[in-house]
Amino acid sequence: MPKSPTLLAAIGLAAFLLLWEAVPHLGLISATLLPPPSVIPAAFLREFRSGMWIDMVWLSLNHYVIGFVWGAGLGAILGVVTGMYLQIEYLLAWLVRLLRPIPNLAWAPFAIIWFGVDQTAAVFIISIGVFWIVFFAAHGAIRSVDRDLIEVADAFGFRSGRERLTKVLLPAATPGILIGLRTALGQAWMAVVAAELSGVSGLGSRMMQASSLLATDLVVVYMLTMAFLYGVMDVGFMSLQSRLLRWKP
Amino acid sequence: MNVSAGPVSTATNTPIIQIRGLALSFEQGGQRTDVLRNLDLDVGRGEFVAIVGSSGVGKSTLLRVLMGLAKPTSGQVTFGNDPKAERQLAFVFQDARLLPWRRVLANVAFGLEKTAADPLERKQRAQKALNLVGLGDMANRWPHQLSGGQRQRVALARALAVEPAILLMDEPFSALDVTTRENLQDELVRIWSATGKTILFVTHDIDEAVYLADRVVALGGKPGEVKSTRLIDRPRPRLRGSLALAELAQAIKADLTAQLTKGDDWVI
Repeated sequence: MPKSPTLLAAIGLAAFLLLWEAVPHLGLISATLLPPPSVIPAAFLREFRSGMWIDMVWLSLNHYVIGFVWGAGLGAILGVVTGMYLQIEYLLAWLVRLLRPIPNLAWAPFAIIWFGVDQTAAVFIISIGVFWIVFFAAHGAIRSVDRDLIEVADAFGFRSGRERLTKVLLPAATPGILIGLRTALGQAWMAVVAAELSGVSGLGSRMMQASSLLATDLVVVYMLTMAFLYGVMDVGFMSLQSRLLRWKP
Repeated sequence: MNVSAGPVSTATNTPIIQIRGLALSFEQGGQRTDVLRNLDLDVGRGEFVAIVGSSGVGKSTLLRVLMGLAKPTSGQVTFGNDPKAERQLAFVFQDARLLPWRRVLANVAFGLEKTAADPLERKQRAQKALNLVGLGDMANRWPHQLSGGQRQRVALARALAVEPAILLMDEPFSALDVTTRENLQDELVRIWSATGKTILFVTHDIDEAVYLADRVVALGGKPGEVKSTRLIDRPRPRLRGSLALAELAQAIKADLTAQLTKGDDWVI
């Protein structure tokens, strides 16, 4: 058994692809229900040449990025504020309890009514999912900042809310907030597909079209596209995170 | 021996800290707990005063009151003016409490961000303070890369950087191993003589108190009150473990264990 992690990972992946390829070829499942990996590149090239792939990726990325920025931004701000001020947390406590359990997709009817079958509707649905994750992460991160460090800020005269925030709370809470952002980064892709199922054009709606035409190879193309986009973003995020947290032992 | 436990006056000049009738209690679940009562204390300019007492006697609370981190129930604290000092007080905590996301130099410059506007000036002054505690070449390290003793030195530099008139130190060396602690004690005396700061040093280690201070105030009882004040009239550099210091330490221990009759008021 080889020891190299990279080699082992490659073997695992190859075995999976082989098995996937073998199942339809052996006639265990029809190739329409499970397209073998060998047909995927051709399907991708067809889709790419038609210009559809770029369009769909561009649209979905738009929904994704705008929804993520709104949800993460508002979630972080409200999480920090409720973490800093107990009164505001109490003020919003029941509002949070009521709204929190509603799945973001349940907002789809309202999103359509308010914004129409439009980009904004998709952005709205995506941002709700992101909002809650980042809100709770930021709130918890601020709450668990070491009281001793806040006392240091006090002792050196940083006693206003703004000074506390910039000198101690925010830097100390950064690791916790980043964990929330990273979770949201993955969750937001699920929200993209869900949001676009309501008809707003993008990867999700294209997948639904393909599936209704039994073009399962195309469905797989878009599944892999999403996996790829997520992978790229996660790697980018990790490198940003390790720069922000380079003070960590 | 019990005579010397009486009132002692050392204030050769106007005191820089004047505490009168200080009492502090807090309420929890309808129950009142007195932490400090009837506390009078004068600290002279440039004086090194140690406060000893067992844990829970209110030593740290006293420092927190001086710092404005806790509010006294009654009594008052008056500070003498020091026009030269940028900040009245600076604090060194028991654990260094460095900010882990700042490099050493930025940690030392922390307090300066309140008092000095110019970033270049902050950097230079922080480096100077860091040199003073002997860690001039550690400016670029992260706190987690330092030893416990080095961290406490950085905390001391952070306090010195703001040029305070008074240094409040809350058992700053108690978490360190013996060798490191003794090194830092000597270092502190050296810095104190060089800078002429007033130091109020809280410790539960009586030997440390008599080795360092001009005057040792023993806090005892519940609620905590002054049991005795003793001048440590020994020339510096002092000899660690010398007979004279050991006798003084012994006497302070006796002060702390002696029952005082009610109504005794110690004026210091």
